[in-house]
Amino acid sequence: MSQASAGAAARYVGQHVVRKEDPRMLTGQGRYVDDNVVPGMLHAAFVRSPHAKARIVHIDFAAARALPGVHGIYTGADIAAMVKPARSLHWPPNVPYPVTMPLAHTDVRYVGDPVVLIVADDRYIAEDAAELVEVEYDPQDALVDYMTANNGPKVHPDLDSNLLWEMASPADPELDAIFASAAHVVEKTITQQRYINSPMETRGIIASHSAAENLTTIWSASQGVHQTAYYLANALACDIADLRVIAGDVGAGFGGKVHPGRDEIAVVIAARHMRRPIKYIEDRMEHLIASAQAREESALVKLAFDAKGILLAAKFDYQHDSGAYPWLPSVGPLAVNAFPGPYRLPKFGWRVRAWYTNTVGLGAYRGPWMFETVAREQVIDIAAKQMGIDSLELRRRNVIHTADQPYKTASGQVYDRVSPDQTLEKVVDMIDVPVFRKVQEAARKEGRYLGLGMSVYMEPTVNAIGGIRTTFQAETRMDASGRITVSSHIGNPGNSMETTLAQIAADELGVDIKDVRVVYGDTANTQFGPGAGGSKQAVGAGGAVTVAAQALRKKILAIGAKMLEAAPEDLTIENGKVFVKGIPQVELTLKKIAESAYYLPKTLPEGMEPGLATSHRMTLPVTHWANAAHACTVDVDVETGVVKILRWVASEDCGVMINPTVVEGQMSGGIVQGIGGVLLEHSLYDERGNPLAASFKDYLLPLATDVPVIEYSHVCTPSDTPGGFKGAGEGGAIIAPPTLANAIADALAPFNIDCSRMPLSPDRLLMALEASRSGKA
Amino acid sequence: MSDHTIQTKINGNVVKKTVAARKTLADFLRVDCSLTGTHIGCEHGVCGACTVMVDGLAVRSCLMLAVQADGAEIRTVEGVAKEDGTLHRVQQALQEEHGLQCGFCTPGFVMTLVSLVERKEPIDEEEMKAALSGHICRCTGYQGILRAVKKLTATPAKA
Repeated sequence: MSQASAGAAARYVGQHVVRKEDPRMLTGQGRYVDDNVVPGMLHAAFVRSPHAKARIVHIDFAAARALPGVHGIYTGADIAAMVKPARSLHWPPNVPYPVTMPLAHTDVRYVGDPVVLIVADDRYIAEDAAELVEVEYDPQDALVDYMTANNGPKVHPDLDSNLLWEMASPADPELDAIFASAAHVVEKTITQQRYINSPMETRGIIASHSAAENLTTIWSASQGVHQTAYYLANALACDIADLRVIAGDVGAGFGGKVHPGRDEIAVVIAARHMRRPIKYIEDRMEHLIASAQAREESALVKLAFDAKGILLAAKFDYQHDSGAYPWLPSVGPLAVNAFPGPYRLPKFGWRVRAWYTNTVGLGAYRGPWMFETVAREQVIDIAAKQMGIDSLELRRRNVIHTADQPYKTASGQVYDRVSPDQTLEKVVDMIDVPVFRKVQEAARKEGRYLGLGMSVYMEPTVNAIGGIRTTFQAETRMDASGRITVSSHIGNPGNSMETTLAQIAADELGVDIKDVRVVYGDTANTQFGPGAGGSKQAVGAGGAVTVAAQALRKKILAIGAKMLEAAPEDLTIENGKVFVKGIPQVELTLKKIAESAYYLPKTLPEGMEPGLATSHRMTLPVTHWANAAHACTVDVDVETGVVKILRWVASEDCGVMINPTVVEGQMSGGIVQGIGGVLLEHSLYDERGNPLAASFKDYLLPLATDVPVIEYSHVCTPSDTPGGFKGAGEGGAIIAPPTLANAIADALAPFNIDCSRMPLSPDRLLMALEASRSGKA
Repeated sequence: MSDHTIQTKINGNVVKKTVAARKTLADFLRVDCSLTGTHIGCEHGVCGACTVMVDGLAVRSCLMLAVQADGAEIRTVEGVAKEDGTLHRVQQALQEEHGLQCGFCTPGFVMTLVSLVERKEPIDEEEMKAALSGHICRCTGYQGILRAVKKLTATPAKA
């Protein structure tokens, strides 16, 4: 059932509405975690391991203890005496789990592993004390490269091997037969490097414990306060009700602020133990080496086609690095589900292997499963070249059309109301492929190498993967003055939910958006439910607000109908007033209705409960599908290896757009993160396990001078959930890398450069060009 | 470690305080003066989030010590909009063009842009864009910020 707006024509949904968040953020009045001061608050710093793998022989903290202003020193042994090892709530059942403690106990397993927690009057003193702690280590050979994990030194002595888990589709003779008889079989290994989330605000937490109330209050840079409480309660073996988590403004997260880190858990334990509030703000070096990693992965992709280039089958043999202590053990299942993508793929076989290494643990980063799109879209281009078919033509022959839907993929997913074919044609029109090909040909004659790349993909949104991610709730209420409050468990690390949820409620309730306040970011005044992550905000929170607001509207109209002696269906609400449609002279202010609901319950329709608050909790399908196609053109300087992006066009279908400007902001933010990944960002380790990108001088991020003007086009196929939303948070980061890699490969086609190993930074492209020129390609 | 008494003028108000020699200007503003609008993103002078104006020039407050600001006039993001709340044209342009999402890097961008639009010499779009390459934003992909730059450097239409 489509649940379109019950109200008058939408006035805010679909419009460029300026954000409610902006005035405070532009004037320095935002309130981020580090801006909070709690009376009596102390400050934390960590002694971290300089070794990728070592036994802790002895810790001498006498000098640190003697430093004035130091109030607490906790080693792994101290913490181990206070908590039991906790299993990540994301761990798959029946898969062994390494004993994981907040601080390293007997040995360290990556550079940056927290060893000692210092609590002092201020951060300066805490860092002084950390310098004074002497830890004697017995270093051992570390395992750094996940591709050698099978035979490398063991990361976790308590586990049988370095294989975190392995999963595979059942043996399928039919699949093998297709490959054996196919007209074309294309295979290629695609490799992607390690990224670090790098939000501008690092992680941070303040914990304050009241023994009298048995309540620990936590201020956290959190993507969702209830999910932070949910994970912390698991780690601390307490109840969620023993914790109150508050997040003010959050300086982005991109997945990195979904789950509290081991260091943050240690801070909460220390605050409960010391009965003093403690603040810990991760510094940038800690973020880059000890927060979480993403994307260190590779896959052998095999595609089988018939003589006409119709896709018959695929095999996806995927491996990734999970680091030492991942909170997200594997992105494999999500990647497998999404691999078939926007194409009609009859048969699919797969294997996933996740490996431990002596590097920082795997976490979530914008589209954690995105390697399926990176690998598939690059191999599609390689296949087109091998078969002598234009890559656009190959995509056109295989893309799923509206008439194919509902379409059940070879990984068991069902697509309905999606438009990959339409988005593909939109970007082809926008980029004007025939014209570009002529320009490209002319440029080559002048020694300039231009290239065109494109990609198409399906974006799994919502990802209601169980636990706290199962149901979504919202409350809408009107107070006695006629103003609206929306309450949601969702988080707002830059995704503009304060504005977009207000747009929805204002439309449903016929009020000015100024009269809607959105409450979020505090477990004490919102209901249990997931936070930001997985592009679930519009579908989950937006959907729940839509239904809750529709129920509130119904109640307001029922009260209004009695007061105006009219039928509810003849009434409407506009500009904060209820009136009979077509007769605006006979009106009632919402304040009047609210006064009835709160102060004059006897005047209400018979049987109606007093008050004006409605709540809705709903379950969504595990996965929703949004889709998009992107194309870009580049100019690669073959003397310097520098890639200049000339144009970038993107066509996305995220269903109903609440605020197109916000959607485009999500798209462009993701695209530029993807561009950074292809051209700049690389969290590299040396062979001994030392992270080599420990500052923003080494971990390079895209700047304003690096980005093209992004051109957008929107296809809108509403979903069948309340409001018709699909989600739009991660797509750009998923599809940008293969789009750009394909463009670079196209530009360098005359040199036959292999672009299958990212990043495609100038040094790497130059080396490849040199090898090509000297005939070693 | 030594303590020093410094006197500065911050957003028009005289501030006299005793600070440790090693305290950064960023920490002084945030902790000692409760001006938390200045944000710390990297503490090594790359990201630009902590940018403030010292004697009219945009500087990174994480790379400057509070004692070095003795006698200086400092302007932070809290001192940009008018007292009645009217946003500065830089702030207005960023809001209208969706030049911010999480808002954490925003104070730094605001201060650099304010220092550029308020300087005597006119500035063109390319120069302003180049100046912004000293700032990192991870949310917007810079699209809205660059639209704001275009707006701020547009030649005013003749009346």
